[in-house]
Amino acid sequence: MNFKPSIGAKLGGALLAAALSTTAFHGAFAQEDTIKIGVLHSLSGTMAISETTLKDAMLMLVEEQNKKGGVLGKKLEAVVVDPASDWPLFAEKARQLISQDKVAAVFGCWTSSSRKSVLPVFEELNSILFYPVQYEGEESSRNIFYTGAAPNQQAIPAVDYLMNTEGVERWVLAGTDYVYPQTTNKILKAYLMSKGVAEEDIMINYTPFGHSDWQTIVTDIKNFGSAGKKTAVVSTINGDANVPFYKELANQGVKAEDIPVVAFSVGEEELAGLDTAPLVGHLAAWNYFQSVESEANAEFIEQWHAFTKNDKRVTNDPMEAAYIGFNAWVKAVEAAGTTDTDAVLDSIIGVSIPNLSGGTSTVMPNHHITKPVLIGEIQADGQFEIVQETPAVVGDEWSDYLPDSKDLIADWRKPMECGNFNVATGKCGGKGS
Amino acid sequence: MLIRFFSLVFLLLSLAAPSLAQSDPKPLIDALGKADFKQAEALIGQIAATGDPRVVPALEAFAEGDLYVRKSDNLVFIAKPAGAQFTLVDPMTSEEAGQVAKAAVTKIRVNNNLRRVIRSALGGLTLLSPDRAVRLSAADAVLRSPSPENLELVEAALAKETDAEVKTRMEEARAVSLLSSDRSVEEKRAAIETIRNYGGRDAIGILRAAYGSVDASLQPDIDDAVASIEGELALWDMAQNVWYGLSLGSVLLLAAIGLAITFGVMGIINMAHGEMVMLGAYSTFVVQEVIRTNAPGLFDWSLAIALPVAFLVTGAVGLVLERGVIRFLYGRPLETLLATWGVSLILQQAIRSIFGPTNREVGNPSWMSGSFGFGGMTITWNRLWIIAFSLSIFVALLVLLKRSAFGLQMRAVTQNRRMASSMGIRTPWIDAFTFALGSGIAGIAGVALSQIDNVSPNLGQSYIIDSFMVVVFGGVGNLWGTLVGAMSLGILNKFLEPSVGAVLGKILVLVLIILFIQKRPRGLFALKGRAVEA
Repeated sequence: MNFKPSIGAKLGGALLAAALSTTAFHGAFAQEDTIKIGVLHSLSGTMAISETTLKDAMLMLVEEQNKKGGVLGKKLEAVVVDPASDWPLFAEKARQLISQDKVAAVFGCWTSSSRKSVLPVFEELNSILFYPVQYEGEESSRNIFYTGAAPNQQAIPAVDYLMNTEGVERWVLAGTDYVYPQTTNKILKAYLMSKGVAEEDIMINYTPFGHSDWQTIVTDIKNFGSAGKKTAVVSTINGDANVPFYKELANQGVKAEDIPVVAFSVGEEELAGLDTAPLVGHLAAWNYFQSVESEANAEFIEQWHAFTKNDKRVTNDPMEAAYIGFNAWVKAVEAAGTTDTDAVLDSIIGVSIPNLSGGTSTVMPNHHITKPVLIGEIQADGQFEIVQETPAVVGDEWSDYLPDSKDLIADWRKPMECGNFNVATGKCGGKGS
Repeated sequence: MLIRFFSLVFLLLSLAAPSLAQSDPKPLIDALGKADFKQAEALIGQIAATGDPRVVPALEAFAEGDLYVRKSDNLVFIAKPAGAQFTLVDPMTSEEAGQVAKAAVTKIRVNNNLRRVIRSALGGLTLLSPDRAVRLSAADAVLRSPSPENLELVEAALAKETDAEVKTRMEEARAVSLLSSDRSVEEKRAAIETIRNYGGRDAIGILRAAYGSVDASLQPDIDDAVASIEGELALWDMAQNVWYGLSLGSVLLLAAIGLAITFGVMGIINMAHGEMVMLGAYSTFVVQEVIRTNAPGLFDWSLAIALPVAFLVTGAVGLVLERGVIRFLYGRPLETLLATWGVSLILQQAIRSIFGPTNREVGNPSWMSGSFGFGGMTITWNRLWIIAFSLSIFVALLVLLKRSAFGLQMRAVTQNRRMASSMGIRTPWIDAFTFALGSGIAGIAGVALSQIDNVSPNLGQSYIIDSFMVVVFGGVGNLWGTLVGAMSLGILNKFLEPSVGAVLGKILVLVLIILFIQKRPRGLFALKGRAVEA
């Protein structure tokens, strides 16, 4: 190949290299007496839309903690890396954080794929990951703390609400075609059928990532809803695909009073890109809404607005999960007197810290946490009005409604120290890690 | 007017049962302040049963979430925001009751179920309104939420009604209410017939809902009615699928038509094409922000203003891109591919840094919102306009290429560069402007796509594959091919989707295209002659 380097080619190549190289920028200068923590969130690529906010939230939490004097008398220093929405790169960046930067703990990941990618790294190098996003469950690792909602902390209470308060008898389970919606829908279907819903009253529909043409599916939902029974849509549609979905719902005149949609991936941040006036009444289930009335939340929102220098920035559920994870880690480190992984893993179980919805969250032996479930209806201003709040629920890692996992429990306390203990056979081991 | 109002009040009072006629709704409204959802539902029923038209504003405010309870005395008011305060309005008399701080009142919560109950109650209460539009929507409300309580109200209103359209709607509303009441089998049979004639999905839903509660002798009638409506709808469903296909096709056409110039005519593998679409969408966002802050009255015109802005912005970016990068890479497709891909990443990250990684809200002007019924089909305005828009861009581009001097020079350069050059055409500038034109059209497409999709830095990525697919399938270098390719892919997709699902449908379309390209490597409309060899 005739490779004559011209200015254009050089320029193009240089620009390309600049764009492709992922930047790791560290704190201004590394001091000996700081404790480093890793922040592993995508700042470029498709997931940047959700994860950048969490990176900012982590930086804010570190800043606030340092104002209070840091941890164990030392300042905290956040090491931010950008895994660029690329799952294998997550593992690489995690390894770099643990081995080169010697961070004490890592806060990060959003998608289940990225978490599955880093899991072996954290187990091999014996470090700690705090994972702040709602997920499908069916996993418990010695080195990972799941501070987002498990299906029983989000999906099942939402379905209960629709069944009891709105009298829904017919269900559309609509999701994006990947692991979280598929597992959640499997659990929900088993749950609904255990509640006496007939199979023909459940419609399951999957769409590709970033699906933008919802005309046919919204029509299908309308047709499915014309069977004379109250119908609702349970949506596990991922991120970006939600905006066109809600626009199509609004345009085709599907009102929340007729066919309500309850979503598990739509929060304040997603609604910020939408005119919500036609969507009033559609629901979301989370463990936190910005509209929660509590002192801790008011203070948190104020800090967030000050930190981002933008009083229109919204807060959301994964931010609260990051907040809980970070504070639990701080408290465990103070209790252990060291940032050593094994000592922190011991001391963190049972740690209780105030959450933003006015209660407390406790880290359980299965590495999940307790928190209340809130059901909110979308309002015209893009916020949610809370229509139901449950008492704190313990995150259930192995679903009781799936035949494969109903006998499994996780307990990382000594002497059991097992992530998948089978209560039927009395042995540690079985499905999953 | 006043006399009419009073006669209305009397009529309603006389309609309501004597035991309720005297009850005052005010204590009931005040009781809402402390009620939970279940109690509120019962209270709404009682408030509606008073038949007092003065409760209408209170119920409307309740449904809108504007009903508040004053903490000091537990009285209920309609509150309207006035700066940092609320202006309180008495729910019954609509008299102002002073301003209070927001903390002095608590919002009375409302959920979907209550909104539904309120809508039904309001329907019954406003059936006799002097305003024709209000009566029509009242009849609609009764029709959509059947309840036997509304039956007598509808019948009374029906006796007074003179307007033909409202009357028909009320007769349908009466039939729906009658079906859930305890009237005779014969009356119900007639009601089923009325609902059958009403037709549509809603009718099926109403009939199926009533199936379990009616007399067994009526069930065959319902079965017949549902079967006959479904028979009618089957044809409309076909038409609806074709329409959806055209609509998807028009989106594909919009996304691909700029690429039909840069890739189709010029042969540049432009991976940054999607980002031009994205820049167009962001131009719309900026235009709308400026309008929102400076001239909110112009909002309905925002898209018309955004069109030239987007065209110029993306056209200029395209011009710079061609002059700065691409012209050094002509004849080296692989390097062009890599360089433009790099540019696409740079543009994405630049937008991410400037506007942030989250979605931006681009509003729909009123003429692009909502839908209308056409026979058994639902046609949404935004899709209708996008079809019209993409076709007009197509025609405009066709005219430009075939009828203008620039188009002539452009075709001359692509067909025989040396000959064109010897004829005095400045081929480098024609190249640059052709690329700018393709980019500018992608920008215009972005304006339209901002109406149906996310405006985020990733917007372009979701269209780039589809765009190449359309251009290659339709035949590189042929504008008509792009049109036919986009429309047939759209329709194919929409006919596959209902039977095999969106995921499998997309895969099948890809497989079919691969097979088709095996058979006809140059696409639907292959160019013939010397241009192909060149």
